[in-house]
Amino acid sequence: MYTETQIISTTTGNSVSDALDGTGELMINVGPQHPATHGVLHLVITLNGETIKKIEPHLGYIHRSIEKMCESLSYRQFIYVTSRMDYLSSHINNHACALTVEKGLQLEVPPRAQVIRVLMDELTRIASHELWWGAMAMDLGAFTPFFYAFRERETINDIMEETCGARLTMNYIGPGGVMYDIHPNFQKRVKSFIQLFKSKINEYDELVTGNIIFQNRMKNVGVLSKEDAISFGCTGPVARGSGVNCDIRKLFPYEIYDKLQFEEITETAGDSFSRYMVRIREMHQSISILEQLIDNIPEGDFQAKTKAVLKLPKGEFYTRVETARGELGVYIVSEGGTTPYRIKFRSPGFSNLSALDHMARGSKLGDLVAMMGTLDLVIPDIDR
Amino acid sequence: MFIKDYIKDVYNAVRSLLTGMKTTGKYFIRPGEIITQQYPENREQLHLPERFKGEVVMIHDENNEHACTGCTACELACPNATIKIITKFDITPEGKKKKALDTFVYHLELCTLCNLCIIACPTDAIKMAQTFEHSVYDRSQLTKKLNQPGSKIKEGVE
Ligand code: SF4
Ligand code: SF4
Repeated sequence: MYTETQIISTTTGNSVSDALDGTGELMINVGPQHPATHGVLHLVITLNGETIKKIEPHLGYIHRSIEKMCESLSYRQFIYVTSRMDYLSSHINNHACALTVEKGLQLEVPPRAQVIRVLMDELTRIASHELWWGAMAMDLGAFTPFFYAFRERETINDIMEETCGARLTMNYIGPGGVMYDIHPNFQKRVKSFIQLFKSKINEYDELVTGNIIFQNRMKNVGVLSKEDAISFGCTGPVARGSGVNCDIRKLFPYEIYDKLQFEEITETAGDSFSRYMVRIREMHQSISILEQLIDNIPEGDFQAKTKAVLKLPKGEFYTRVETARGELGVYIVSEGGTTPYRIKFRSPGFSNLSALDHMARGSKLGDLVAMMGTLDLVIPDIDR
Repeated sequence: MFIKDYIKDVYNAVRSLLTGMKTTGKYFIRPGEIITQQYPENREQLHLPERFKGEVVMIHDENNEHACTGCTACELACPNATIKIITKFDITPEGKKKKALDTFVYHLELCTLCNLCIIACPTDAIKMAQTFEHSVYDRSQLTKKLNQPGSKIKEGVE
């Protein structure tokens, strides 16, 4: 058995005297098994009293070498693995991969498939933000919101289950379109979800957003300036909370996003509360996208004609999409064969996590949970 | 001045707390709107949608006939080597040798339920079943033979 001090020394390479060397600095390990990290993330935190001096994230506990695995899978097969990266936006991950393969094949996706994909993307985004909202409130000690968030999220999961056949790792997208047509009930159920969401969203504000205690714990906590957000490569709601315009749906529209009316949400304060508000307001935008599309699904094929064995021409292909957490880039190097020569995923979580150290320096340990919560970390996305 | 701000803060905090508790209280007096499911008890009423991906099964008709030709398209489509097709040679009435399915080995423990095999099958011989309670005591029980004993290929399926 190790004693606690030994654990400190083994994991950081420092002796106990270094850890408590008269400066009053102490190193503690948060994780890899810790409820606030939402997964197996290991943070080595240097503390002075209760003030954070430094945070060093240690990765590798859930590394499954997804990029390497993809190199041995064909262009149809590798898409399913990416559902396991950011499992809360698995549909959007699949979408990014399919777009890259389609770019390589120069394949035109039928309009019906494009609309279905975007509808599913936005449903996934709402589901992901709902879960984040519940977990965020739970991190700060409010337990009930979790159930409220899951009530609405469950409706989305049911829709997914009915059309895609699975609740979390849908694997509904293939190169050229989607695997099946939408379920006959799909439109009806999405409409009833929109109704439900609109009637319940004010409860979120009553329960959490308007709560003064909650606001005090979020405002001016974990401030990330616009410049820092850019230099750390933050994307998604984290960067938009600092006022960076980085919504890929607006900047580099894919599928039919350029024909849709929606706002890019930005806040300027850069603190945890701004990041919180960005996500809450984004849910409303996603609902408005759903409303625009749900009655306008064009008729036609849901899948383009593709060959049984896909071969990408020699070259390099890169596409990016906006997942619930930020920009996901998929980079494929092809040698002309049936499997990719190299795949690289630029995942949003990794860059967002890198800003944590900068954000947290000088603040109290108790605020770390609020910061981590608003970064919306999904560990398999960081550590692929 | 300080005291006034302090009291105002406390008042606002308590008020916002009560707003939240009002929402919770609403559900307390209206238990009909609670959506919790009592899972093991509600098994009978639990209806999974027909597309739900639970496990791969082979479709057999009432004559114990299936549509699998043993073409191994599903085996090739599977990313995880979940399926192993063992073929044999039947002798047709004309005396020719014909490839046919001997055993369809399916490793549920390796399956990620990605649906690629179902889409790849040219004769729609396999489908997804809606079962989901797969826990067993020993891993070897998850390796299944999907073609039923004594089954043979349907007449006319090539
Ligand atoms: S569902 Fe996917 S993993 Fe399972 S057997 Fe079929 S192709 Fe293989
Ligand atoms: S199940 Fe379908 S794809 Fe698989 S071997 Fe049989 S006929 Fe071929």
